[in-house]
Amino acid sequence: MSVDLSQFHQVFFEESHEGLDTMESALLNLDVAEIESETINEIFRAAHSIKGGSGTFGFNEIADFTHVVETLLDLIRSDQFVMQTEHVELFLKSVDCIRSMINQLEADEAVDTSTAKDLKRQFEAVLAGDAGPAAESDSGTKVAETQTTENSSGWDIYFKPDVDVLKTGNEPLRMFRELAEMGTVAVSANTENVPSFSEMDPESCYLSWNIQLEGDASEASVREVFEWVIDDAELTVTPIAQSSPESKPAEAEPLAELDNTAEVPAAKAVAKPTKKDSKPESSSIRVGTDKVDSLINMVGELVITQSMLGELGRDFSIDRLPRLMEGLEQLNNHTRELQESVMRIRMLPISFAFSRFPRLVHDMSKSLGKKVELELTGEQTELDKTVMERIGDPLVHLVRNSLDHGIEMPEHRLAQGKDEMGKITLNAFHQGGNIVIQIIDDGAGLNRDRILEKAIEKGLVSAQDKLADEQIYDLVFKPGFSTAAEITDISGRGVGMDVVRRNIQELNGSVEVESHPGEGSVFTIRLPLTLAILDGQLIRVGEHVYIFPLVSIVESIQSYDQMIHRVSSGCDVLRLREEYVPIVRLWDIFNNKPDSEALEDGLLVVVEGDNMKIAVLVDDLLAQQQVVIKSLQDNYRSVEGISGATILGDGTVSLILDISGLIKLAGVNRNDYKKAPAQDDTRAA
Amino acid sequence: MLQEQVTDIEQANDSIEAARSSNLGEQYLTFYMNKEEFGVNILSVQEIRGWEPVTAIPNAPRHVKGVMNLRGTVAPVIDLRMCFGLEEQAYTNETVVIILTVPSEGGPKVMGVIVDAVSDVHNFNEDSVQPSPDLSHEGQAQYIKGLGSTDDQMVILLELTDELIDDV
Repeated sequence: MSVDLSQFHQVFFEESHEGLDTMESALLNLDVAEIESETINEIFRAAHSIKGGSGTFGFNEIADFTHVVETLLDLIRSDQFVMQTEHVELFLKSVDCIRSMINQLEADEAVDTSTAKDLKRQFEAVLAGDAGPAAESDSGTKVAETQTTENSSGWDIYFKPDVDVLKTGNEPLRMFRELAEMGTVAVSANTENVPSFSEMDPESCYLSWNIQLEGDASEASVREVFEWVIDDAELTVTPIAQSSPESKPAEAEPLAELDNTAEVPAAKAVAKPTKKDSKPESSSIRVGTDKVDSLINMVGELVITQSMLGELGRDFSIDRLPRLMEGLEQLNNHTRELQESVMRIRMLPISFAFSRFPRLVHDMSKSLGKKVELELTGEQTELDKTVMERIGDPLVHLVRNSLDHGIEMPEHRLAQGKDEMGKITLNAFHQGGNIVIQIIDDGAGLNRDRILEKAIEKGLVSAQDKLADEQIYDLVFKPGFSTAAEITDISGRGVGMDVVRRNIQELNGSVEVESHPGEGSVFTIRLPLTLAILDGQLIRVGEHVYIFPLVSIVESIQSYDQMIHRVSSGCDVLRLREEYVPIVRLWDIFNNKPDSEALEDGLLVVVEGDNMKIAVLVDDLLAQQQVVIKSLQDNYRSVEGISGATILGDGTVSLILDISGLIKLAGVNRNDYKKAPAQDDTRAA
Repeated sequence: MLQEQVTDIEQANDSIEAARSSNLGEQYLTFYMNKEEFGVNILSVQEIRGWEPVTAIPNAPRHVKGVMNLRGTVAPVIDLRMCFGLEEQAYTNETVVIILTVPSEGGPKVMGVIVDAVSDVHNFNEDSVQPSPDLSHEGQAQYIKGLGSTDDQMVILLELTDELIDDV
């Protein structure tokens, strides 16, 4: 009987990746001086699942390698081996190695085992060198276990399954048949445990077996046969009398009786094939049952409301109007709740994105010779899966930057009276309809003069420009800007920060930096919780209704003469407390007809985008509502000043305004960064 | 009048449905613009609707009237008269919007074209279609596939693409 196991591969890959992540984070949290057995157990369990799973699916490269890893872990677990820092590194390397092998399998590529072989040798050296003295008494069994005595002429197998083995759908006979395919098999059953007929449960298995397998099968392949039942069974595999002298060192001599039960972990972590129908290629999402339950409840309510309304509609008379109104109100509530529930399904805690950083910081601080501590807060903050996937790379860039440019070398920090250990904090929290992610370091802070100098040199600004600190720091997000004196592997190519900003802006988010010399910098990323829905403010210009994203609105005011100054013809500014904000007439840049062209008849909506504010003249403010974003590009093309469209309650289409697009359309660009290179050219000429 | 138009549209939609299910060579939905009869391949037609005001797109070309809600999809609506350099005409109850699926580089796009009125569904074999003379309105020749003829009428057969939204 053969089951097509390939349908479970995707599940295996996903579970293995999870397992590897668990191993990695546990390894990074491991304090060598004081090893907690729970942490080791966690690592062991993860490794064991991967081994079990890969064995089941016939990914022997992974199974073999993981086996060695697991052996060392088992020794550590049973206090027979003292773990050192270099062993942590070795384990981390093996995590990487397994991960790359799994990636190769996933991509249907040939598995590159050279790294695995190399690491395996290192593990074997560790095992051979240290295992003996650490636990002389019974290490023999363990070490012998690790020796893959491939050349044995056969195996003595003792197999005593759990009494419930048949209930789990495993059939010993099938295993014996499989063994028979590997060589000549002689099986004898031990019947001493069989109870009298009256006490016998027909569904239980009281037998155990002695099997002699003759042939050149490897121990691993023999064990593989029992892979699915090994957790609950007693299994001993002993080589039959050796025909050739053992070429391995002394401890490899098989002891008379190898009790293998010790090797079988208590944890029931062997990957059992789940009955999930997973389609390869399509990405999947794990959803908590509570979320699904609430969804089902909501749909139930919706169905009830729908049937109520249906009945009401069948014989409607005007006196039943209140009931209709009530029903519609309910429908409204349920639809909104349903929408929220569905959105929640796509929400994942940000720890998914954060989880890669402990390793990154660990590796990088080592290679840079810096001492850095990473603190993660707000890991449970939830974020849309798509946003999460796309925020990963920008975050990596920012953290690398903080490590490379922000945190100083230990001696430098000591000289400045700071703690030798630098600190990077990743913080996430919700604020309004946004998620805010901060990357905080306590390093040197951005070097204001250096940035300015560099920007002038690169022609991004001219020397005469008077820029506020905030604007200077903002220059680091300009393309082609890097203050690193030399290009390192880590950063300094000057492609990082502008890509970061662009990626974040594509997600409708923003990134800004705040910095204090000698105290450190804070990069703050603001992202919408989801890409599909937006809180909007409806506005009207003449007969047209547009939508401002609510997050971009600073305030809305009625304008008065004394607040408005005409700078030049066609350029008015609004004095908003200490700031002068350029006024943009929406009818003017959109070429349509307003109720009135006069500033005092309309309202000014002050909005912020691209780090600058503009006051947009509109005729009227309408309702605020949540809108579902529809693409305009799908069937048309992108329109400057418009980020998308939505469908309003009455079925008409309304356009969503894009602030940075409006700024471009209006030609307002207070800083005139872009004009600087042009000036350079004229000077050069 | 309005009732009449609704019945017309229903009939036209029915014949589109019928044409889709049958396999009778090249079938064309014909419509009138400026008293001339034009035709588009019926397989590219999604449906026909009466004219309803649309949402204008700022700074769009003049012939792009705006976008409409097509059961949750946002689709542009184009005045075909203006595309073909015909004089503008006020929209009436008879004015219809033909919803078409047109090929484009990024996959098919859905758009509505405004025409004076729908006419009929005709079969044209390749043999009976004449190439169009290369004297047609400059720039629009690319959309004209050929000239077909029914019993007493000439039909200008069109093959529209998404470039319609850029033109004029």
